[in-house]
Amino acid sequence: MKAAVILFPGSNREGDVASALKHVTGVTPSIVWHADTDLPAGTDLVVLPGGFSYGDYLRCGAIAARAAIMDAVRAHAARGGLVLGICNGFQILCESGLLPGVLVRNARLRFVCREALLKVERTDTPFTRRYAKGAIVRYPVAHGEGNYTADTETLKRLEGEGRVAFRYVMADGKRDDTQVLNGAANSIAGIVSEKLNVLGLMPHPENHVDPLLGPTDGRALFESIAGVLERA
Amino acid sequence: MKARVLVTLKSAVLDPQGKAIEGALRSLGVPGISSVRQGKVFDVEFDGSDPAKAEATLKDACEKLLANTVIETYRIEFVG
Repeated sequence: MKAAVILFPGSNREGDVASALKHVTGVTPSIVWHADTDLPAGTDLVVLPGGFSYGDYLRCGAIAARAAIMDAVRAHAARGGLVLGICNGFQILCESGLLPGVLVRNARLRFVCREALLKVERTDTPFTRRYAKGAIVRYPVAHGEGNYTADTETLKRLEGEGRVAFRYVMADGKRDDTQVLNGAANSIAGIVSEKLNVLGLMPHPENHVDPLLGPTDGRALFESIAGVLERA
Repeated sequence: MKARVLVTLKSAVLDPQGKAIEGALRSLGVPGISSVRQGKVFDVEFDGSDPAKAEATLKDACEKLLANTVIETYRIEFVG
């Protein structure tokens, strides 16, 4: 499988996600500069990594979403290619129109840096098929703007179409409606596109892959992607 | 020619920053303030002098970058 990680000025998780991909698939992804206009030939997966592209100026992800490479990413997604946006990558996907809604300042105005419990709401996407249905997983979160919001109609559509891939939950598995983490609408942590080939999420699966560093709950996400691409 | 673009959150969107500022003003004892909403101001200078053209350009700029119309609205003013 060929993966390309897009590097924007201010990205800082490109190494983490590249190392997770290498760990799971054995293949080192290429790092692609934002000002390039083409993805490497035969790219199967595009990753928009976490960080603070352009210093979060204007709005998080807003300037990166208009970078030259994003036309190629949009074309890749339109062809059905896989796109994974993590944290700032999720913000970029929303700003670029590849996913609906927007991520705004956390409801309590605090940067949250801790582990979050998530429910895997769908296991039939290319990103989640190696998880058990309804699995509760632990991924770290580290963000100041992870408060997902969209207009009522969009939220209704997302829920109706089952496009919420990950949701923040409490220890008992019930939806976390305390708003303590970031205040996201319907406790949404991650959503997929209509064709399920684009996933954006705030938490960081790439940091829970290597047993050397503790939990490995994120591993199945990368195994899912690798499995799908091997079969293709 | 100079223009000012004001980008503000739509009224239905919660503004935690505005709420925090509102609380700080209250704790400072500034009287009579019932609500604060935070927004952004962009001061833009133009080469030409055709206001219609400038307005069309700015509208385009707002739609493309300056405002996220999912949560924000914008207003364009000419300041001479």
